[in-house]
Amino acid sequence: MSELLDQVRELLGELVEDSHEHVGDTTVLVAAERIVDAMRLLHDDPKLRFNLLVDLTAVDYLGREPRFEVVYHLSAIDVEPRGTEPSRLHRRLRVKAMVAEDPGEIDSIVSVYEAANWMEREAFDLYGVKFKGHPDLRRILLYEDFEGHPLRKDYPKEKRQPLVGPRN
Amino acid sequence: MAQTDIVQKFLDREGKGDLHTDHQVLNMGPSHPATHGTVKMVIELDSETIVDLDVQVGYLHRGFEKECESGTYYQAIPYTDRLNYNSAIIANLDYCQAVEKLIECEIPRRGQWVRVLASEISRMSDHLTRLGAACLELGAMTPFLYGIEARELNWDLQEMLCGARVTSNYIRIGGIQRDLPAGFESTCEETLREIERLLADFDRIVTRNRIFTDRFRGTGVMGKDRLIEFGVTGPLIRAAGVPYDVRKAEPYLVYDEVDFDIPVGTTSDNFDRFLVVQEEVNQSIRIIRQCLEVLSKTGGEPTDVDDPRVRWPAKDRVFGKMEELIQQFKGVTEGILVPAGEAYSAVESPNGELGFYIVSDGSGKPYKVRCRPPSFVNTAPLPEMVKGALLADIVPTFDMINMIGGECDR
Repeated sequence: MSELLDQVRELLGELVEDSHEHVGDTTVLVAAERIVDAMRLLHDDPKLRFNLLVDLTAVDYLGREPRFEVVYHLSAIDVEPRGTEPSRLHRRLRVKAMVAEDPGEIDSIVSVYEAANWMEREAFDLYGVKFKGHPDLRRILLYEDFEGHPLRKDYPKEKRQPLVGPRN
Repeated sequence: MAQTDIVQKFLDREGKGDLHTDHQVLNMGPSHPATHGTVKMVIELDSETIVDLDVQVGYLHRGFEKECESGTYYQAIPYTDRLNYNSAIIANLDYCQAVEKLIECEIPRRGQWVRVLASEISRMSDHLTRLGAACLELGAMTPFLYGIEARELNWDLQEMLCGARVTSNYIRIGGIQRDLPAGFESTCEETLREIERLLADFDRIVTRNRIFTDRFRGTGVMGKDRLIEFGVTGPLIRAAGVPYDVRKAEPYLVYDEVDFDIPVGTTSDNFDRFLVVQEEVNQSIRIIRQCLEVLSKTGGEPTDVDDPRVRWPAKDRVFGKMEELIQQFKGVTEGILVPAGEAYSAVESPNGELGFYIVSDGSGKPYKVRCRPPSFVNTAPLPEMVKGALLADIVPTFDMINMIGGECDR
């Protein structure tokens, strides 16, 4: 087990449900109902200080229970330049949380990472995962009248959508 | 007599004490001559001052991720061309790197040098478009033509490399489409000199031009801490004084053997962003020269991994040997089999950190392909950057964010 995983496990304690390391990426699975606490700890910890939310997405494992996984990619970079040296990337971490199809909800982490705002809207739009406490949970890539969530595995690729007329 | 006095006089005569004003809501886009992306902005204006702004993206959504899930790993590569269509090779590269990370294969050194060369050509054409278009959208046609001429020369190089000018499909899983064509090194050097000449002209006509700098200086400012909170990377964060560049922070390919600098700004306004991008073109030229030097010495060395499970065998072997023919046939019909697992790979794209997160279930088709689009992440702070500024400030700010519809909306 790597040093990074040790540190994360020590910091998050019982919040970590599972972890693994594969092809150089470190992944921890945290309890979905405590996701905001976990993110807050990872963001604020003086040693790890994951200051950048790189990516947030969801994965649909149709037929498995719980069905969805919300995947967060974090990284820690230097913000203050040290002379003329480039910023270092200290560590990357993948955090995952399982979300059941019903009610399909997880707490929003916008209060910790502002970057999550649009990314959560996208995950909601394409997967239908709802983010509780999000300030403005609207569809972002698709239009309001779109029916269903296209990246779900049970959404057929060829499915047609009803025509929507102009709106004033 | 000042205009307000006239109004006041008029109102006094009319017997009203105050001129009633309302906020106005303005739709800018989805197709607007001053935004080089398909995006709609709903702007609440108090006279010309922006009170509120809602950026609505998604007009170019084509279901990239859904489409990738339905084909083999190879079939997704042309789709990645259509993300950021100004720098298609970099998207090809990152997708292939993510798959290679899952397969755990490393391509030969000459292949890596060619990949660096191709990425930098691609980065240059993206930056040249951004610089040229920024001038065009402020009404300056001439510098735009200088920038686009340089980009055309750049695309000639890309055409020599892979036969296509825009949608390259050049990087393949486990290698590249083909090695450099004969005479590429000398043509490339000539083109670089021509691009440098055009850039010098561009610099003389724009960078110290009062009309231009007045629009760029002090507009679109956002502090680095706030940018980090928004997850912003690329030239935007470097203009704020954070020298973060994936090529240096987490060197991939042979970037740790190449000598180049990372330009940084101090004021985090549009002008610094412009200067950072301009300097990055020069740095790309510097990297390309180093690549050419190495590549001219290593001609004939392999560029692809010699593993038929990953990279199809060369055509002369396919047409001459039974096993290779079968391998190619299986590779095309079933696709390459990628071990189950998940991987995230990042590269420095012209807009910032471009990432691919791929989940494999062990079959020939990806279970999930997620593109971390820098354009999408970088567009989110736009409302905060321009709130309280003038309507006209949206144009240079949006130009420097350089939202590429294809990549933002996927």
